[in-house]
Amino acid sequence: MQSMITVKSDSEFLSEAVFDHFLTRHSELPQWLVKLKQQNWVDYLALPAPSRKMETWRFANVKGLGVDTFRLAQPLAVEEGQSLIERSNRLKNTSGKLIFGNDDLLAEEELSEDLKAKGVIFEPLERAFAQHSEILEEFFMAQESALGSEKFAALHTALNRNGTLLFVPENVEIDLPLVSYHWAQGSESAVFPHTLVIAKDNSKVTFVDVYGAHEKDSSQLACGVSTLYAGPGAQVEYHYLQNWNEASLSFNQLTTIAQRDSNIRAFGLNIGSKHARNEGHTIIDGPGSNAELFSLTVAHKDQEIDQRTLQSHNAANARSNLLFKNALQDTSKTIFSGLIKVAEEAQQTDAYQTNRNLLLSPLAEANSLPGLEILANDVKCSHGAATGQIDDNELFYLLSRGISKPAAQILLVFAFFEEILEKMENEELAEFHRELIHQKLENN
Amino acid sequence: MNALEIKNLHVTIDGQQILKDLSLTLPKGEVHAIMGPNGSGKSTLAKALVGHEDYIVDSGTATMDGKDIFDMEVNERSREGLFLAFQYPAEIPGVTIANFIRAALNARQPKGEDVDAVAYYKDLYSEMERLDIDRKFTSRSVNEGFSGGEKKRCEILQMSMLKPDYCILDETDSGLDIDALKIVADGVNHMRGKDRGILIITHYQRLLNYIVPDRVHIMWDGRIVKSGDKSLAFEVEERGYDWVKQEQTASV
Repeated sequence: MQSMITVKSDSEFLSEAVFDHFLTRHSELPQWLVKLKQQNWVDYLALPAPSRKMETWRFANVKGLGVDTFRLAQPLAVEEGQSLIERSNRLKNTSGKLIFGNDDLLAEEELSEDLKAKGVIFEPLERAFAQHSEILEEFFMAQESALGSEKFAALHTALNRNGTLLFVPENVEIDLPLVSYHWAQGSESAVFPHTLVIAKDNSKVTFVDVYGAHEKDSSQLACGVSTLYAGPGAQVEYHYLQNWNEASLSFNQLTTIAQRDSNIRAFGLNIGSKHARNEGHTIIDGPGSNAELFSLTVAHKDQEIDQRTLQSHNAANARSNLLFKNALQDTSKTIFSGLIKVAEEAQQTDAYQTNRNLLLSPLAEANSLPGLEILANDVKCSHGAATGQIDDNELFYLLSRGISKPAAQILLVFAFFEEILEKMENEELAEFHRELIHQKLENN
Repeated sequence: MNALEIKNLHVTIDGQQILKDLSLTLPKGEVHAIMGPNGSGKSTLAKALVGHEDYIVDSGTATMDGKDIFDMEVNERSREGLFLAFQYPAEIPGVTIANFIRAALNARQPKGEDVDAVAYYKDLYSEMERLDIDRKFTSRSVNEGFSGGEKKRCEILQMSMLKPDYCILDETDSGLDIDALKIVADGVNHMRGKDRGILIITHYQRLLNYIVPDRVHIMWDGRIVKSGDKSLAFEVEERGYDWVKQEQTASV
């Protein structure tokens, strides 16, 4: 009903006035958070906009990155919310679900009593800021941007009001994944989804973020931040399925902190956005930890998918392995810029980074900037990038069996992606990735 | 006419004319063999018929049941009933045999419809059993890491699943030991029937002990120079190809 009385005023645009307006509307927020937001709003205004002269924005089309024309997303009409809840049903076997529309909680499936009794917390931030303020004061936005998007992290901190807090206590293992759906609606709407996963010692959890749009063609801004803490011996799997509409601008910063003997597996999927900028910082802080970082991108038309990664090895005897694969159609463009940094004390590090691109059109452009910065002297590190096209012999063979050229291309893109898809142990999740990829390729 | 009819075919590859006025008729219900020495143009005929872009048709016609083959795209030729068992089939890492054959069958369904998965696997497993292919192969990538014999059996598996009207087997016997040869021959014999024409391209007579052809054609320098019944294959086996060459030279 609230939506009936909402008036779209100028102060909702992401201009100087919006922040005061935001604070007056959210007087319930804890004092520490208000202070943090105020500081970040000042920082946001002061920090320079991205420019191609900056190393962290090399190759990016920065002209498309202006955010001033967006305004805070308005609450959804009841029927819009209802249709989005119905669309948040792809994963059936979950331990909990949160559904957000324009940063409001639309619906939730709570944890089982058993998991609650074990101390698991799975809450929307709008409640968690009140109920679990002490956890958030310690962990919310505690990691700094390292890959260029300081300005957007500051904007996120100032204007974020919802997202997921997932806290898994020591020794608690959750078998089925937990999932949050984030939907954006309305022309020029801006949303600020946040994810905070804290997996304590020897716990085990899989968390999935799904991002999508209510409608196909209205331009939206998504400015998100996700942080995963894997405590000693914890096993954390994270899926990031980015399917904003193709008129949208999206930023996402994912920071992962791996403590001693922890295991992290992250799977990203980029389907939507006109321009997506993803930054992934993996911080290896404990010896014996292992991080596997995967990403699949299907880019078409004039999409630009810009991904920057940093694998920071600060502890010895740890391993990280990154594999990002992009399939590009039409005049789309991808950027992969990755750096492995090994500190002096991080001996016996195994760190790998690979970017592979499949060009499905002569006009597509894949940029690759792999890098290493190694201060330790006893490590195994490698980086590689390769860009290729569909093999003519493979294509001819498929055609000779009656398969159409578009269908053959889809088969060959899946063949290219299989190396990552086959690593997903949860069949339902793997099928979700496949479905989104298939839809995108079929509709090209 | 219910036949694969090739008339006065001239084909060039890399600027060199390989097929020179080749004519051949393969009626439905028959099995024909083309024999010939290396370089006589046997494989060129196969590749030109399925539409490999490197093989340029300069002149001549090819029709299937009256339909112009050269007027069709590569995939259309297959859907209209033409099948080539490749001499050297491509490897496709990441595409499983099961998905490959299913995609080929789906391509034959009305738009938007797919084959029934349960029925499909039932058919697939039963054909695999006939060809003595382990079920594990369904989840293996197409031809990747296969032995020569496994590749050939996989070609015959595709043929038996797609049930084409006209099959061309290009040197399917090469690289096979006698057991594998028998299995492949059984697979082909099982496909024989009044609604199907089969063209076996081979260098040796060996395969023809197991698949007895209705007609044998000898190919020489880009055209069919001699045709006869199965006894012609034995004659070649005994006398080699040189006598054909001499006959040819004499007749010019």
